[in-house]
Amino acid sequence: MKQLLTGNEAAAEAAIVAGCRYYYGYPITPQNELINYMSIRMPQVGGSFIQAESEIAAISMVHGSAAAGGRTMTSSSSPGISLKQEGISYLAGSELPCVIVNIQRGGPGLGDISASQADYFQAVKGGGHGDYHTIVLAPSSAQEMADLVYDAFDLADKYRNPVMILGDAQIGQLMEPVEFHKKLKKNLPQKTWSLTGAEGRKRNIIKSFYPVKGQLEEFNAHLQRKYKTIEEHEVRYEAVNIHKADVILVAYGTSARVCREVVKKSRRLEFRVGLIRPITLWPFPKEIIRKISEKVQCILTVEMSAGQMVEDVRLTAEGRCPVHFYGRTGGGVPTSSEVIKKIVEIVPDNRAANTLLHLAEVR
Amino acid sequence: MQSLYEKPNAFIDTATHFCPGCGHGIVLRLIAEIIDAWGIRGKTIGLAPVGCAVLAYNYLDIDMCEAAHGRPPAVATGIKRVHPDHIVFAYQGDGDLAAIGTAEIIHAANRGENITFIFVNNAIYGMTNGQMAPTTLLGQKTATTPAGRDMVNYGHPIRVCELLAVLGGSSYLERVSLSSPENIRKTKRAIEKGFKTQLEKKGFSLIEILSPCPIYWRMDANEAMKHIDEEMSKTFPLGVVKDWEHKN
Repeated sequence: MKQLLTGNEAAAEAAIVAGCRYYYGYPITPQNELINYMSIRMPQVGGSFIQAESEIAAISMVHGSAAAGGRTMTSSSSPGISLKQEGISYLAGSELPCVIVNIQRGGPGLGDISASQADYFQAVKGGGHGDYHTIVLAPSSAQEMADLVYDAFDLADKYRNPVMILGDAQIGQLMEPVEFHKKLKKNLPQKTWSLTGAEGRKRNIIKSFYPVKGQLEEFNAHLQRKYKTIEEHEVRYEAVNIHKADVILVAYGTSARVCREVVKKSRRLEFRVGLIRPITLWPFPKEIIRKISEKVQCILTVEMSAGQMVEDVRLTAEGRCPVHFYGRTGGGVPTSSEVIKKIVEIVPDNRAANTLLHLAEVR
Repeated sequence: MQSLYEKPNAFIDTATHFCPGCGHGIVLRLIAEIIDAWGIRGKTIGLAPVGCAVLAYNYLDIDMCEAAHGRPPAVATGIKRVHPDHIVFAYQGDGDLAAIGTAEIIHAANRGENITFIFVNNAIYGMTNGQMAPTTLLGQKTATTPAGRDMVNYGHPIRVCELLAVLGGSSYLERVSLSSPENIRKTKRAIEKGFKTQLEKKGFSLIEILSPCPIYWRMDANEAMKHIDEEMSKTFPLGVVKDWEHKN
């Protein structure tokens, strides 16, 4: 049965379906629908809900519940996610599974409360101190929010690693039909490493401190091996109209919705525009972008930032084709016309592209 | 022949990393004695802080978790929500609990979290070579108060038990010290009372333990014990500050 839900509510309900019973949050716009929803749902399913005294406390409560073997989640928006970075680094360093939802808003500082994708670097490059990665999933609809949050708990448990859902104000607040077609999780994986009281067994210690020379380097090598396995097995992306494309757009989340419109408009023409939409931002879909960079005239990365993911696209294309960028910041969302204009600018002699621009302007 | 005094089973036989004359080893041993006597190794989970006691898990043979600096009350809350019938305790120093973790301890107390906090107050940052703590006495010289702590520039020593007593969620608060065998026995009884508070689901309990740091107090071990009795106890009076069993 389909329900009309905001992306934020879809994330909350999907967590419940996935067996999450420990949620800790702190109010911040534009993710408030999520914490509000959890305050109603958690008691109904016998779970724990705490409105924490701060984002730092909320992520630390997640640390505790994850260490104790529970499925646990927190959510926030950009300034609050900055506060959580301490905890995320400790969670990664203690190899604890959890899900963190970031419904991005404009920055830096207090910024504004409209949609933004300016936390990409923070999300995929680590964010806190130390050599670590969180798995980063980027939904572009309320339905996909539900599906990815559900999967996020399995990924977190599988790799004993924090997973971040990177949405934005539009993905969090738009209302769309959502169906929870996956089953309620009942038999969750056994966590023999977790803290349950050392009854009849050797004690378990959850820690990230390795003061003896050499131990930390060994532990970091273990983390890097784990990250390599994740890069090999967990890449997700969507490819739209990429066969024989002249220009490929690379975009995620709300920007990808705009780019999908551009692809749709271009279908009536000889000039072919395709879209690669990374669903996992880390691990980044390097293989497909590397392959496509050998075939197309150029790549255009579209973001609601001053240019962050474009760095990963360039590193992946390695100069095989030009990689261009179009972005809006501070709450601005690119329009399809703006993207088309940019395509015309980067492929100036193409008549088909001019026709496309003309089409967009007529509309 | 009956043995009158031996190492508790829950106390791991290993070299200590604590400085000579430090109080941490005594407190950790008391916890291990209680775990043995009550037979609760299988249902106890401990939290180690950042600071001198970060390696508490090197000495206690129970399930334990590290927390970021100041965050043990929040991490312990997350653990307790998963295991509400277990005994969960957080072991914290004065910098961890009363400076960087002030918000976490106040709100854990205010929520009445059914957790026991063992707060070791030695009025100094030992791990980082002796800087001022929130509980450093007025006039006390430290690495960052070279002329002694004055209230104008550095504020007052924070009385944690009295601060938490006004909150509706705190149930048992007692200040004890390690300055004599008698006081050590009182400390053990206070920790037992904390665990009892938790088992009977009476809410938040905190035992503040005045503990010696002879190295960064620049004293010998005997002088440090005397300092607790003659100086520290004036700013931090010993005794029960709040008790759910004996309401004033």
